[in-house]
Amino acid sequence: MDEIWAGALAGLRLVVTLDPALVDITLRSLQVTLTAVVIASAIGLPLGAWLAIRRFRYRRLVIATLNALMGLPPVVVGLVVYLLLSRAGPFGVLGLLFTPTAMIIAQVIIITPLIASIAHQAIRELWADYHDLLISLSTSRRQRIATLIWDGRRALLTASLAGFGRAIGEVGAIMIVGGNIDNATRVLTTAIALETGKGDFALALGLGFVLIGLALAVNIAIHMVSRTESDGRW
Amino acid sequence: MVTILPLELNGVRVARRGKTLLGPVDLAIAGRGCTIIMGPNGSGKTTLLRTMHGLERPSAGQVGWALPEPATRARQAFVFQSPVMLRRTVRDNLAYPLLVQGMAKGRARDLASQWAEKVGLQDLCDQNALSLSGGEKQKLALARALIRNPDIVFLDEPCASLDGTATREIEAILQAAIAGGTRIVMATHQIGQARRLASDVVFLARGRIVEATDPHSFFTDPQTAQARAFLNGDIVE
Ligand SMILES: Nc1ncnc2c1ncn2[C@@H]1O[C@H](COP(=O)(O)OP(=O)(O)OP(=O)(O)O)[C@@H](O)[C@H]1O
Ligand SMILES: [Mg+2]
Repeated sequence: MDEIWAGALAGLRLVVTLDPALVDITLRSLQVTLTAVVIASAIGLPLGAWLAIRRFRYRRLVIATLNALMGLPPVVVGLVVYLLLSRAGPFGVLGLLFTPTAMIIAQVIIITPLIASIAHQAIRELWADYHDLLISLSTSRRQRIATLIWDGRRALLTASLAGFGRAIGEVGAIMIVGGNIDNATRVLTTAIALETGKGDFALALGLGFVLIGLALAVNIAIHMVSRTESDGRW
Repeated sequence: MVTILPLELNGVRVARRGKTLLGPVDLAIAGRGCTIIMGPNGSGKTTLLRTMHGLERPSAGQVGWALPEPATRARQAFVFQSPVMLRRTVRDNLAYPLLVQGMAKGRARDLASQWAEKVGLQDLCDQNALSLSGGEKQKLALARALIRNPDIVFLDEPCASLDGTATREIEAILQAAIAGGTRIVMATHQIGQARRLASDVVFLARGRIVEATDPHSFFTDPQTAQARAFLNGDIVE
C-alpha cells in the first residue's frame, strides 16, 4: 500500500514538474492521435453525411460494413497493419513499420468507422427533420449538404471527439505496429504498459494521470458541446 | 402582375403501396383569397396540400401551374403542421429562404428583422428557434413562408395546437397576406377559423372532394350527409 502511495506522489510530482520524459511521451501521443483524428475525420465525417443523405444501391451494405468495422478488436487491426507493413508485406518497401506513421495508420483504421457512424446517425436525424422544409424551399443538393453539415456541426464535433477519446487510450494496435521504441514510438499507453511491467510505478502513474486528464477533458468537451445544443444557447 | 396561378389539378390520384390515399381529384385554385380544406382525420387534407406543392408525386393525373416548372418552385411556400425549425437563431431561420435564393447577406438579414417585427418576434431575433414556444414557432414558420413574397402559401393546420390568442395573431398575419394578394390554401379543423378566413371551402372525405363551394352555402346548407355530419361534430365514416 505504501509503495502505491509513494508511486502516486512521485507520479504527481513528475506531472507538476513537467518531467522531460513524461512531456516527451505526452506530446508524441498527442501528435499521433491528433493526426489520426484529423485524417479519420476528413474521411469519416463526409462519408457519414453522404450515407445519411444519398440513396444508392449498396448503402445498407456500406452501413453494415461500417458497423462491423467498428467492432474490430484493435489488436487485430494492429496485426493486419503489421503484416501489410512488414518487410515481406505489400507495403514493406515503404519502411513504415515501427514509425509513428504506422501508428497513425492503425488508429485511422480503428476510429474512422466510429466517426463515420456517429456522423451518419446525427446527420440522418437532422435530415429527417429538415427534409420537407429543404425540399419545399427548392434548395440545391449542394445547399442541402451545406445546411446539414453547418447545422449538425456540434454533432460532427462530438464524433471527432469520440474518435480522439478512443484513439488516445488505445494500446494493443499501436504497441504492435509502433514497437514501443524509446524516443521514437513510445506513447502514453504503451509507456504505461512497459513501466508497469518494470515495476516503475511513479512514471506509470504519472503518465496515467495525464491520460485520465485527457480522457476527462474530451468527455467534458463532448458534454458541453451537446449541452449548448439542447439548451439552445450558442 | 405575373403569377404562377392558376393552379389546376386534373384527375390527380395519389397511391402508396397499392392503396389510394387521394383522388381522383379535379380542382382549380385561382384569383385571390383563401381556400379552406376541411375533412375528417385521414381524409387526405395533408396529402392534397403536399401534392399541390409538389412534395408528393401523383400516381396519375397532372398538377399544373400557369408558368413552367423552375419558376413555380420559388414562388410557393408551405407551412407544416408541426413547424420545422432550423437549428439556428430566429433571424437566421427567416433569412434562410432568401439566402438560398442568392440574396446578399446584409439585405437578407434586414428583411428578416423586418419580418420578425411584423409577426411580433423582434425581441427573440437572436434566440435559438428551437427554444421558442409552439405559437412563436408557428409564427416564425409563417413569416419564413411569406418572406419571399410568394404567389401562394399552403398551410397544414397551422393553429392545431395553439390557443385562442396565438390563433388570432396567425389569422391577422394571414389576413394581411391575403389583402396583399397572396393566395392562401389552408387545411383546418377549426370551423370558426374556416368561417373567418374562407373565400371558398373544399370538403374532403376518404380522399375525394365531396363538396367545393363558397363558405356561406357550405356552412348554412351543406349538400352531403358527410359534410352535415362533420359540421354537427358527428363522426363521419
Ligand atoms: N406515406 C404514406 N404511406 C401510406 N399511407 C399514407 C402515407 N401518408 C398518408 N397516408 C394515409 O393517407 C391517408 C390520408 O392521410 P392525410 O395525412 O392526408 O389525412 P389528413 O386529412 O391530413 O388527416 P389529419 O386530419 O389527421 O391530419 C391516411 O389514411 C394515411 O394513413
Ligand atoms: Mg393532416
